Amino acid sequence: MKTSRIPLVLVLSALGLSACGGGGNEQSASEEPLADETTQASIDYAIWNAEQQPPLQKVIDAFNGTYPNIDVQIQVTPYEQYFTKLQTQGSSQTLPDVFTMNSLNFETYAENGLLAPLTPLVEDGQLDPSNYPQALIDSYTFDDTLLGVPQNSQTIAMWYNEQLFAEAGVDTPTSDWTWDDLRTAARTISDELGDEGVFGIATDLTGQQAYYNTILQAGGYILSDDKETSGFDDPASIEGLQFWTDLIAEGASPSVRQLADTPAPQMFNSGRAAMMFNGAWSVAEVQDSPVADVADIAALPQGEERGVVVAGTAAVVSRASEELPAARAFQAFLGSQEGQEILAGEGLGNPAFLESQQVFVDSAPQYNIEAFTDASEYASPYPTSGDTTAWNLLETELLPSAFSGDRPVADVAGELASRMNDLLAAEAD
Amino acid sequence: MFSGIAVFYLYPVASTAYYSFTSWEVFGGASFTGLTNYRRLLEDTDVVRALVNTVVYTGIVLLGIPLGVVLAALISRPGLRFSGGYRVIFLMSYIAMPVAIALVWRQMFKGDYGVVNWFLSLIGVDGPFWLGTEWYALFAVSIVGLWIALGFNIIILAAGLRGIPKELYEASALDGAGRMTQFRHITVPLLTPSIFFVLVINVIAGFKLFDLLYILLEPTNPVMPETQSLVFLFYNESFVVNDKGYGATIAMLILVLIGIFTSLQFRWEKRWVHYVK
Repeated sequence: MKTSRIPLVLVLSALGLSACGGGGNEQSASEEPLADETTQASIDYAIWNAEQQPPLQKVIDAFNGTYPNIDVQIQVTPYEQYFTKLQTQGSSQTLPDVFTMNSLNFETYAENGLLAPLTPLVEDGQLDPSNYPQALIDSYTFDDTLLGVPQNSQTIAMWYNEQLFAEAGVDTPTSDWTWDDLRTAARTISDELGDEGVFGIATDLTGQQAYYNTILQAGGYILSDDKETSGFDDPASIEGLQFWTDLIAEGASPSVRQLADTPAPQMFNSGRAAMMFNGAWSVAEVQDSPVADVADIAALPQGEERGVVVAGTAAVVSRASEELPAARAFQAFLGSQEGQEILAGEGLGNPAFLESQQVFVDSAPQYNIEAFTDASEYASPYPTSGDTTAWNLLETELLPSAFSGDRPVADVAGELASRMNDLLAAEAD
Repeated sequence: MFSGIAVFYLYPVASTAYYSFTSWEVFGGASFTGLTNYRRLLEDTDVVRALVNTVVYTGIVLLGIPLGVVLAALISRPGLRFSGGYRVIFLMSYIAMPVAIALVWRQMFKGDYGVVNWFLSLIGVDGPFWLGTEWYALFAVSIVGLWIALGFNIIILAAGLRGIPKELYEASALDGAGRMTQFRHITVPLLTPSIFFVLVINVIAGFKLFDLLYILLEPTNPVMPETQSLVFLFYNESFVVNDKGYGATIAMLILVLIGIFTSLQFRWEKRWVHYVK
């Protein structure tokens, strides 16, 4: 019966191993090994933006200059399926080694412990969080642990069309503009040029582009710092929403229906809107549009204070990666000045690495790109909680009736806040 | 054979049924929650609205059946030139990708510069923002659905017409029946098996409304909550809100509804469908 002992030993040792595995998770992150030039590995890197593939290949080539034996394979999945696929991979412990994350989905992955902390890279000096806008570092920090390397910084600024301002006889915006300046100018332009189908201002009525910014400018908030309470029913937040309702009611902005029909960038790019709030990503689009030569950029106007949200993608590493040291080395390179400047030089938006933002500014010297980069100084993180999507859907469902004037803004804001609070309470359970 | 059916059909249905009684976390790990999802389903006003929208859409698309009978009869008249050409033209709407069709119609329905409102302006009507206004948006989506279904209906019905014996027309002509009488008393009754077939297919397709809606309106459209279909709601709950347990419950509702409507149609079939003996 000697043979029967062997399986028993195997079973016992397997039990012992799994106990070790359990303990391994609590092991201090700093003891984890880092890669060096001799590290041999093959890692997957998942992204959703196919346009980034060629420049990222250049980044990988540069990375291979330091780590010649780490092979990085890019996997592109269109955004519509990207997070559905990642969820499936997350359920089956087969996440790619390195992948692109956005602030909207970050907490879901962080909460479930799927992301590897950046602590070893920070302790080793390969990564310095102070090189990035604080708001983005906050966006990718969970339980005081940094879990993602910011890759780009998308702030919002205001585009304007000089020609339409001249035709309406209105002075063009400056970065000192207040809400009143914007309202007066938008109204005048709609009055003067309305017969030609031109509006003073058109902005897609989403949080990121429109009302999150004006809520902050009014001194309000979207989500409390402890992420337990909605700020939509705060009197200042209501004013931030009312800003858009008033512009629509006065005819200074297209109606909710018109904007559903023709998105704001289409209106601005075809010369039918004199102003537009939009993100740093819109530079390439405007540059290729018929209004390219008459467009310029100013900072968002001030309300009670300055305010703007900043969002950006980050590179994260799967905690379950079998090639953790190699994956971390690549992650650090994606966040490095060298890596970010390669991407920014290709005109792919504003890099998160602060010292590299000049590359973005220089990529379109005809525009006042500083309006985007300067906004980093006072930007707030794009608001998220564990289940952001659920209350984002509530905003989409309820706010249009406030903007269109069908219901009083305060009523809608109150309903939104109370339903959002229910969701946040359910999240906390 | 059976194992294939089991793997590809029975297992997915059974596991969806199981998950409809669970709460499914984002990264797997379903926990049994009994009837919670079903209780929520009964109280969910979004479900009621989505059901109404789905029924309205299906109802409008079904208008394509009488229309299809008339058009199929017109292009099947004996001696008509280019009858094959007509068939090809009508089939176009069915073979083109729904996504491509929806993108084109979306331009046509634009409130400011859409060709639909331009036509309306010619007869002095000030057209609405079709895709940005409650009910109008659903109507616009239904019109596109009708247009696609019509192509399919005409081809099936025209094929059905060929199966009607010519002698019946000759005999009735001798008895003095005119074109309209023949259409009412011979064509339509003997076409009922084909009509029954397109009815069943159209109802099922109507209940599956998703892609047209998604492309014509886009998920962020402010009237989407008032216009969404059951399948859209299922998609939203399962893959946007990530509540896959509740999503499975909505999927079960869709399955049961399609089952009920289809079996009712088969039950009533004998009352009005005539087969040539």
